[in-house]
Amino acid sequence: MTTTVKAPAADERLLHRSLARRLMGRPELGSVVGAVAVFLFFAITAEPFLRPSSLSTVLYASSTIGIMAVPVALLMIGGEFDLSAGVMVVSAALISSMFSYQMTANTWVGVGVSLLVTLAFGVLNGVLLTRTKLPSFIITLGTFFMLTGLNLGFTKLIDGTVSTKSIADMEGFDSARTLFASHLTLGSVDIQITIVWWLALVAVATWILLRTRVGNWIFAVGGNADAARAVGVPVTKTKIGLYMGVAFAAWISGQHLLFSYDAIQSGDGVGNEFLYIIAAAVGGCLMTGGFGSAIGAAVGAFIFGMTSKGIVYAQWNPDWYKFFLGAMLLLATLLNAWVRKRAEDKS
Amino acid sequence: MTALVELDDVSKFYGNIKALEGVSLDVHAGEITCVLGDNGAGKSTLIKIIAGLHQHDAGTFRIEGEETRLASPREALDRGIATVYQDLAVVPLMPVWRNFFLGSEPRTGVGPFKRLDARTMRETTRSELLRMGIDLRDVDQPIGTLSGGERQCVAIARAVYFGAKVLVLDEPTAALGVKQSGVVLKYVAAARDAGLGVVLITHNPHHAYLVGDRFVLLKRGTMAGRHAKSDIALEELTRQMAGGSELEALSHELARAATPEFPGGHRPE
Repeated sequence: MTTTVKAPAADERLLHRSLARRLMGRPELGSVVGAVAVFLFFAITAEPFLRPSSLSTVLYASSTIGIMAVPVALLMIGGEFDLSAGVMVVSAALISSMFSYQMTANTWVGVGVSLLVTLAFGVLNGVLLTRTKLPSFIITLGTFFMLTGLNLGFTKLIDGTVSTKSIADMEGFDSARTLFASHLTLGSVDIQITIVWWLALVAVATWILLRTRVGNWIFAVGGNADAARAVGVPVTKTKIGLYMGVAFAAWISGQHLLFSYDAIQSGDGVGNEFLYIIAAAVGGCLMTGGFGSAIGAAVGAFIFGMTSKGIVYAQWNPDWYKFFLGAMLLLATLLNAWVRKRAEDKS
Repeated sequence: MTALVELDDVSKFYGNIKALEGVSLDVHAGEITCVLGDNGAGKSTLIKIIAGLHQHDAGTFRIEGEETRLASPREALDRGIATVYQDLAVVPLMPVWRNFFLGSEPRTGVGPFKRLDARTMRETTRSELLRMGIDLRDVDQPIGTLSGGERQCVAIARAVYFGAKVLVLDEPTAALGVKQSGVVLKYVAAARDAGLGVVLITHNPHHAYLVGDRFVLLKRGTMAGRHAKSDIALEELTRQMAGGSELEALSHELARAATPEFPGGHRPE
């Protein structure tokens, strides 16, 4: 199973670089080692963990975090944070739900409006950051609280309660559910559509990072923004684009949330932004920017999925789950730092 | 022959602070113009004007005879002015080849499948560096693993490759040892021989005199002197650079302490 998340073939590399050293230089290495360890651990301690149905549950849990972890990883490579990512997911869901309901419009209209407004949140984060030159931690901490307040405030103002009304009987609901919250059956295994979204995002993000000009710019603005600006890289546009990427993924996640339940709790999403950051950091993204990978972040999300469900399968008290998550973050980050140091010493 | 870059009586103010006042210099193809000055003399401000990061407030700035006001570093690059900064020339964690092409990446393919031409990028980086005498065993290594001198050379090779007509070098030897400085100066001379006009910013008159054709001395934001190499000897350049009379005062001060108390009370017999 872990073979699906192996590092991509390092094509066209010069031959005289040893395989071991090439592997050591990859940002994903630490997370892959961690994923194998976690997998083996639960495979041994939790008997139901290896069943196909468990696999699909684990992958589903991984994908809900993974969809957000990918753009958050790109943003971290670009040297910034987004603490508003968690509540932005709920904002995206609330907007499309309430717009469709209040305007009695086709659900797809709400979905479209939600996409535009959520992307505008991303632009706002990016523009505030690049205009004020304040740390992204502060900017997005501000927008995090503002969105949290807006989610609650508007929902109560419009619907009178903290959750939205069901839109399940509205026109377009079923087709939208197919796109955002359905599942496919592959043999005896249920594949949630979010897994497809997740893997597609990982593929696109990896392509962008490693094979396009924009990818080069993302590494550069995170690694040394002044040097990048001096050689003509559009630093501001790159950063705004990265925030829009996070917003786009928040829109996908939000629609999934909405169409899997048909109503939304306006207070949800708080705290999830840390899960995304943990997945990206475990996956080898440097907190200071300029280094990391989308595949690593996917592996990080997979570790998250395995841990959250593995604890249940092992029939432990799930209260311990967050402790494991924190410990995992520390261990993985230490391992990553150690691996990178060794790789750099040898080159 | 028109100068590639010509500043005439250029000034720059930040609020009510005069960062630069009445500075003139010219840069010709195949020549090196050295800008000398102590810390705070206005060297950085001068670079930023030529590199397009800041605009001048008075005087004229001509590129190949045409009066201009650069809006951005990108525009400066498009007009053939490449600037290599001492500390921010490269992105340390990125591979050498990605750094070499940063901001001007070649691409292949069509439409949404347009991608970096990684093969060409790697091969060109290798051959261009080899042409300047740097034999890297691996262009995939992070550029941060190269020595300071090598990094400067990569940045210079990059500017030459991208068809710069004018190369602005900000203290390329400041953080380097004697041998590394020599290597960098060799590449500066190589860029000059390739027909580029070079602006070499430094506070080391010895390095400047080795390669320079013209010298501009800055002091507290104003121009303290402007000489061609034929008009000035190294000793005079060094004296002016060190501040002439200030140096005499300093030597006087130091002379008074010629028989110091040795710490620890041990006097040499």
